[in-house]
Amino acid sequence: MHETTPPPGATAPVFYDEEGHAHGDGGTLFGFWLYLMSDCLIFAALFATFGVLGRNYAAGPSGADLFDLRLVAVNTGFLLLSSITYGFAMLEMQRDRIQPTLTWLAITGLFGAAFVAVELYEFSHLIHEGATPQRSAFLSSFFALVGTHGLHVTFGIVWLVTLMVQVRLRGLIEANQRRLMCLSMFWHFLDVVWIGVFTFVYLMGSMR
Amino acid sequence: MFSKLDLQQFLFGRLTLEAIPYHEPILVGTFIVVALGGLALLGAVTWYGKWGYLWHEWFTSVDHKKIGIMYIILAIVMLLRGFADALMMITQKALAVGASEGYLPPHHYDQIFSAHGTIMIFFMAMPFVTGVMNYIMPLQIGARDVAFPFLNNFSFWMTAGGAVLTMMSLFVGEYSRATWLAYPPLSGAAYSPGVGVDYYIWGLQIAGVGTTLSGINLIATIVKMRAPGMTMMKLPVFTWTTLASNAIIVTIFPVLTATLALLALDRYVGTRFFTNDFGGNSMLYMNLIWIWGHPEVYVLILPAFGIYSEVVSTFCGKRLFGYTSMVYATAVIAVVSWLVWLHHFFTMGAGANVNAFFGITTMIISIPTGAKVFNWLFTMYRGKIRFETPMIWVMGFIPTFVIGGLTGVLLAVPPADFVLHNSLFLVAHFHNVIIGGVVFGLLAGVNYWFPKAFGYKLDPFWGKTSFWCWLIGFWITFMPIYILGLMGVTRRTQHFEDTAVQPFLTLAAIGVFIIMAGILAFVIQLIVSFFRREQLRDLTGDPWGGRTLEWSTTSPPPPYNFAFTPVVHDLDAWWDMKKRGHDRPKEGFKPIHMPKNTGAGVILAGLSTVLGFALVWYIWWLAALSFVGLLAVAIIHTFNYDRDYYIPAEDVLRIENQRTPQLAGGA
Repeated sequence: MHETTPPPGATAPVFYDEEGHAHGDGGTLFGFWLYLMSDCLIFAALFATFGVLGRNYAAGPSGADLFDLRLVAVNTGFLLLSSITYGFAMLEMQRDRIQPTLTWLAITGLFGAAFVAVELYEFSHLIHEGATPQRSAFLSSFFALVGTHGLHVTFGIVWLVTLMVQVRLRGLIEANQRRLMCLSMFWHFLDVVWIGVFTFVYLMGSMR
Repeated sequence: MFSKLDLQQFLFGRLTLEAIPYHEPILVGTFIVVALGGLALLGAVTWYGKWGYLWHEWFTSVDHKKIGIMYIILAIVMLLRGFADALMMITQKALAVGASEGYLPPHHYDQIFSAHGTIMIFFMAMPFVTGVMNYIMPLQIGARDVAFPFLNNFSFWMTAGGAVLTMMSLFVGEYSRATWLAYPPLSGAAYSPGVGVDYYIWGLQIAGVGTTLSGINLIATIVKMRAPGMTMMKLPVFTWTTLASNAIIVTIFPVLTATLALLALDRYVGTRFFTNDFGGNSMLYMNLIWIWGHPEVYVLILPAFGIYSEVVSTFCGKRLFGYTSMVYATAVIAVVSWLVWLHHFFTMGAGANVNAFFGITTMIISIPTGAKVFNWLFTMYRGKIRFETPMIWVMGFIPTFVIGGLTGVLLAVPPADFVLHNSLFLVAHFHNVIIGGVVFGLLAGVNYWFPKAFGYKLDPFWGKTSFWCWLIGFWITFMPIYILGLMGVTRRTQHFEDTAVQPFLTLAAIGVFIIMAGILAFVIQLIVSFFRREQLRDLTGDPWGGRTLEWSTTSPPPPYNFAFTPVVHDLDAWWDMKKRGHDRPKEGFKPIHMPKNTGAGVILAGLSTVLGFALVWYIWWLAALSFVGLLAVAIIHTFNYDRDYYIPAEDVLRIENQRTPQLAGGA
């Protein structure tokens, strides 16, 4: 450990920041990243649960019996497109154009709503066929994982609508830009998680 | 069509008058005491007209210092509750031997040990640690608050809400009988049909949200808000351990949330995650819960290690020995803490290789821990030790914790664990490290930083009395319990056939009473110090000759902590400033940007608690209503953009000027 004793004749050390420039941003985006990573671990736990229980059919239907891959592919398309449109919204936000930002956000929200609607249709179809969450551990873990993702998307839509109102009310002020950035990260994060769900649950689950 | 029963069920779910335990004399007595105490407190607050003060200055405060103090008050209250449980358990054990049945029937006894574990970890140790981190860490890094002050307030109230729900189970319904980790299938709907496990689940879920968010908050604070010049290798050790501890929190609490959510689904919806039939797997729960549970103990112990480090270097008048190794040891402990969880169930039958892997990782974790112990010892070596209250806690901690660590390494050997699993030996081990490590550390921290928070030192006589009672009480309690464990006595036993165990249990009970004297002495210490506060007053802000930045400001610090952010050149920043002669600025202050108080945190957490209560009792309309309310309040809160204000430069000047003569007088 070296001691920082000033050499003789050196200027006295500065011990106080008297200019007051030490205070940067509060780190909202960084904090939101941390939140996303913690949320990611919720999904990790659900993926692990699906990994352990995903083949415990209890003499009930398996993924290969149940999944309609074409429907899920369309749904995946909705979600991926919604990420692109969110990206367009962010580009417009950086150009400081309120109306185009709102339009792209609205399109994003519609894609998100379409995704949730198709997922709800899929769930009701499964339940109608007797493939309820109570039927087997496989179905329990399937519904928990996919449903948690769907809940996140639903929550994202509520947030999106709230933000649209706030942008309409106050414009693209700094606080709103920051919020849009957070939601952007959230939205893309859900896309990434969905790619995992699509691969591990649907594609691999359809294989016997 | 709507009969009276239907209406009652609609309105109250499964909550009926039967749920009020008026036929249990112990609970009725407790309730009367709690109710009288509560009424006296509420009455006093009303009488002195303090509601406005409490609401504006404390409950809605976003000041990390006030939130830290509220966390610690919550922890101390819950310590008393958790300790009352401990006292009942040990006296029951000491009495219920041979022909005697004791005074606690099994269904009550099982609730008590479940509540004791849950409360002591989640609502005593966690808030205590979080409170100290909240108060001290921003001061140590020269920050004015945490990164997200509102979130901090919200986190506290969520923790408090979880505690309220847990405490409510005492008088409305019952608590879980499925131990502090609620293993299924016992905790499933089939074997625990009552509300106990539901209280457990929702209490922890609500508090868990707070803990996760507070973890994110404190990490962001350390990463983003350090004073200029404070590089990562100049962070005070306590701040380093705070960082490590919160990094663990952010990685493990989501797993707990997911696990408890799955257990809740099993109980509420009838899913098959952890059931014995339909492909469920209860061993999955064991793995998930311990992936949370083992790192959790490091969440608690690492900040305590940080406290010991600060106290040792201050009271030895020396720079901490081996700072770099201390930092790396902290990081290694944090990383390895994620890789040891399976040692909690070696007997599950995962196979020899899996057990060997986790046995070895468990032993590896003792290496950085041992390095820390040597660092503390070498800091003391040739130091000028001042035996003040915080320091003697450290000196009591080192031998106590070393024994606890050694028995832990013993338990890490799978063949030994097969013998000792589920025995009182294990119980003695983890109390040894939690009391000897975490609790001693927190009490050292309270004695060390109390003058910073309140402007006067704690009374040393009662502090030392408390220390000796805790230390002696601890050893007298847990040594017999170790021996009983080696004799093969299992934990969670409500009655013993074999009378040979009674002498040991009686000795342990005597020890618990000595610990009780220690807790009493601590409470007396707080009261006596308050009345002697003028004699114990500290005007310098630096009563112990401290080394880190929290001692550079007033005791108690002004709302903005530092009028000018300090610039750091050395690890022991404040020591460096004192040594090289800093010139405290007396003018040129600028307006200080501060966050505004808000009641949103209290309201959101209150609604969450109501939601939890409604879910416990199946009162679906109330659950729906409070959920919608929660969403609405959260959204409305985001429409409030007016969240900050400036403390005018004149006010800063006035506050700082008050301090100048104090410093001159104290010097």
